[in-house]
Amino acid sequence: MKKTGIAKSIALALGLSAASVAQAADVEVLHWWTSGGEAAALDVLKQDLETQGVGWKDMPVAGGGGEAAMTTLRARVTAGNAPTAVQMLGFDISDWANEGALGNLNAVASEENWDSVVPTALQAFAKHDGNWISAPVNVHSTNWVWISKSALDAAGGKAPTTWEELVAVMDAMQANGITPLAHGGQAWQDATVFDAVVLSMGNDFYQQSMIDLDPAALSSDTMVEVFNRMAKLRSYVDDNFSGRDWNLASAMVIEGKAGMQMMGDWAKGEFLKAGQTPGEDFVCIRFPGTQGSVTFNSDQFAMFGQGDGENDAQLKMAASIMNPVFQSAFNVVKGSVPARTDVPNTDFDDCGKKGMADLAEANDAGSLFGSMAHGHAAPAAVKNAVYDVVTQHFNGDMSSEEAAEELANSIEAVM
Amino acid sequence: MKERFQDLLPKLVLGPSFLLILFFVYGFIAYTGYLSLSDSKMLPSYGFVGMDNYERLWKLRHWSGALKNLAVFGSLYIIICSVLGLTLAILLDQKIRAEGVLRPIYLYPMALSFIVTGTAWKWFLDPGIGLEHTMHQWGWESFEFDWIKSRTNAIYTVVIAAVWQSSGFVMAMFLAGLRGVDSDIIRAAEIDGASRARIYRRIIIPLMRPVFLSAFVVLAHLAIKSYDLVIALTGGGPGKATELPATFMYSYTFSRNLMGIGASSAIIMLIMIFSIIVPYLYTELRSDSKR
Amino acid sequence: MNSASKLSFGRIALYLVLFVFAIYYLLPLYVMLVNSFKPLDEIRQGDMLALPQAWTIAPWASAWSTAQIGVQATGLKPYFMNSISMVVPAVLLSTLLGALNGYVLTKWRFKGDGIVFGLILLSCFIPFQIVLIPMARMLGILGLAGTTSGLVLVHLVYGLGFTTLFFRNYYAAFPTELIRAAQMDGAGFFRIFTRILLPSSGPIIVVTVIWQFTNIWNDFLFGASFADVDSVPMTVALNNLVSSSTGVKEYNVHFAGAILAALPTLIVYVVSGRYFVRGLMAGAVKG
Repeated sequence: MKKTGIAKSIALALGLSAASVAQAADVEVLHWWTSGGEAAALDVLKQDLETQGVGWKDMPVAGGGGEAAMTTLRARVTAGNAPTAVQMLGFDISDWANEGALGNLNAVASEENWDSVVPTALQAFAKHDGNWISAPVNVHSTNWVWISKSALDAAGGKAPTTWEELVAVMDAMQANGITPLAHGGQAWQDATVFDAVVLSMGNDFYQQSMIDLDPAALSSDTMVEVFNRMAKLRSYVDDNFSGRDWNLASAMVIEGKAGMQMMGDWAKGEFLKAGQTPGEDFVCIRFPGTQGSVTFNSDQFAMFGQGDGENDAQLKMAASIMNPVFQSAFNVVKGSVPARTDVPNTDFDDCGKKGMADLAEANDAGSLFGSMAHGHAAPAAVKNAVYDVVTQHFNGDMSSEEAAEELANSIEAVM
Repeated sequence: MKERFQDLLPKLVLGPSFLLILFFVYGFIAYTGYLSLSDSKMLPSYGFVGMDNYERLWKLRHWSGALKNLAVFGSLYIIICSVLGLTLAILLDQKIRAEGVLRPIYLYPMALSFIVTGTAWKWFLDPGIGLEHTMHQWGWESFEFDWIKSRTNAIYTVVIAAVWQSSGFVMAMFLAGLRGVDSDIIRAAEIDGASRARIYRRIIIPLMRPVFLSAFVVLAHLAIKSYDLVIALTGGGPGKATELPATFMYSYTFSRNLMGIGASSAIIMLIMIFSIIVPYLYTELRSDSKR
Repeated sequence: MNSASKLSFGRIALYLVLFVFAIYYLLPLYVMLVNSFKPLDEIRQGDMLALPQAWTIAPWASAWSTAQIGVQATGLKPYFMNSISMVVPAVLLSTLLGALNGYVLTKWRFKGDGIVFGLILLSCFIPFQIVLIPMARMLGILGLAGTTSGLVLVHLVYGLGFTTLFFRNYYAAFPTELIRAAQMDGAGFFRIFTRILLPSSGPIIVVTVIWQFTNIWNDFLFGASFADVDSVPMTVALNNLVSSSTGVKEYNVHFAGAILAALPTLIVYVVSGRYFVRGLMAGAVKG
């Protein structure tokens, strides 16, 4: 009811008509956008393609942030039955490109000048050997903190901009009798916070440790300090955090039981769904110490090499994805920001506008980094090795010194 | 001619099943064995690397942790389910009026997919929102039940949920076994003046021996393959406290793109399972054929 | 046995124990039911065992017909038939083959039958993760990739071990003298099976069907890997409904969906109960 409302308004925005032309070829799309708003928004892409005569066969497989879909993809490719278009993240795209399985989108990319509108850091994944192989739909940034406005007012009212101020605010919240930090103890959530803490140590340190995977940086004193700060953050989390879904952590902030949550921009959806307004009921800030920098993950659609007839449909799909009107409409619903920097921000709320401005600024300043926690800084094996260490340390299984040592060792072991 | 055909017929009937299993099970195990010696990462690849994957596997801290967890989880789960299943079956076999209502109640957890039931259990066991919270609200302030959040006890909550799910089916297996017992034997024993308890201990339970075998195979299979359950309930946490070989194997083969290590962990698993189960089967089947 | 009708102390204790266990089994269902009738706001307040303050059936309607499963808001409804057309043939075939295998392995024994049975039995322990990739290749070669028949084949193969085990162990207790007597009378292989063994196999058929039906209906891994647009089974749809990673989680709809998805299995459990009767062996002898 509400969802179809969203879909309708997006469809209106795109000026779509229901009329469909005879179908030239179909695209079978493997993706994991199955929940309310995002699936409804994707339906708009489907309708857009249908007006161009391209049929959409829907093959959603949700689970594990795309892991289930990637398993399905492997089975499908092995069976010789690959889908035409697949939603993918970061290093998965590179891995499949290395297998030589992905189709080439240069024709539409050069025509529409993707090179100049897509942030450079995204192009690292969307291009392989100089060829465009995928069309990015959105950019999520992950170094956000979502703070309850009333809890913040009670704790002094000033949003923290440094680590020390953050600690002071959380102390004040604790004194006020609420849980300062709402957190869900799942490996990827722990790692999301870890990303932000590493980034707060400086852009260079993030680059060296998380992207270059420099063993010296990984086991450095700075990394020990990162783990010390993780332990400090742990002390502001309630005892029941482990295994909690991120949605329930957001609910704690919404209900005023907790002060803040450190989570990517998709968390905004929970606040909006609960009828809250950015700026009035909740505040969105960058993790203190990471202002001007952004860690991101980006959903992209890669095309699997097929016959000529289907290639035409694939190019049409890629062009539709990169259509600025679709990018705006989709990302308003999704909570993320457009994957091209020339989309007008008129339809976005305050946090969305801030996100777009931050992205453009970080892109220009060279401080836009792939998120380790979300598979955009290093391949899957490394990412999971980081998860292992961060989670075990956060749960008190090892000291900060041991954790830094173990981090360097376990990354080396899977390289 | 007809005689020959009658002799051959049983083998012809059994043949297709056997060939399917030979190929799709043992063929694939051999294939996995080869992958475990290869440099496969995202997709199978056939570069030979010797025992590399095994060496790397044993260096991983949480692999041995996963094996220990399986030992704890598996033995508790199998024992509790068998005892509970047999007990409930015997109790239900006492000409219970409400059997038709109770049997589906004991069985239904099997029907629910753990993708969602896991959430229900997770909430129920969560001290902040579930049982403990409710008990506090009812005025029992000192009530404590926070196993799911504890690194040492979380594995037992996995046992609780797993027993909940499959003990009903074990009950059904034993019930089928009890209903299959020739009632003449029982009647004869009753005429001899044996007590009810004695009849069960001396006659009926020994007759259940093949059912114990079935139950064991089913439970061991479920224990080894517990994946959904762990993912939905604890996600392997807190920390790595409830990681099991099944979650490990899936993670390395598919999430981490280290198929070689995933395959070597599968082979180790199979070796361990077979080394426990084959002797058991051997004694079971031998005592069977003696009878 | 007139003790059964007497309401003794022991009987009361017996009913009490059975009742307590019923509560244990029903608790999670209670959590699911209660929360499936709550609006999402109430769940957010974090009191998961409380009864709803404002009852609503909207989550049920949504899960059935309007929830987002993929790009279309279809609910779980369209996926039922996909699952049924996969589960029914797979269960029937694997049960029938299992019964025949069990019959051969106990009543028509041959040299080496122990090894054959052992190998069939051990097949129950293969981790499904390792068969995924080679199975995908085989289905591709056989031209069954992405079809319902392909899924039926997969479930048949990996269910055979269990069905064979169940029947073999049940028939092991069946008096072999009856078979020999029938052979004397000139009855053949299939006639003995259909006339003597099958009629007294009620309880074990129920157990086998329950096991197979539940496992195949609830399978996610094979469904997600080997199904195509037109053959996506129920569990994959349910999973799409519940496991969004970065979307709002509508827990009430998830619980309603999970119960809806389990209905066919639940019906099998209740209906099959009437075949759970005490041995018909005596009857078989006379007939």
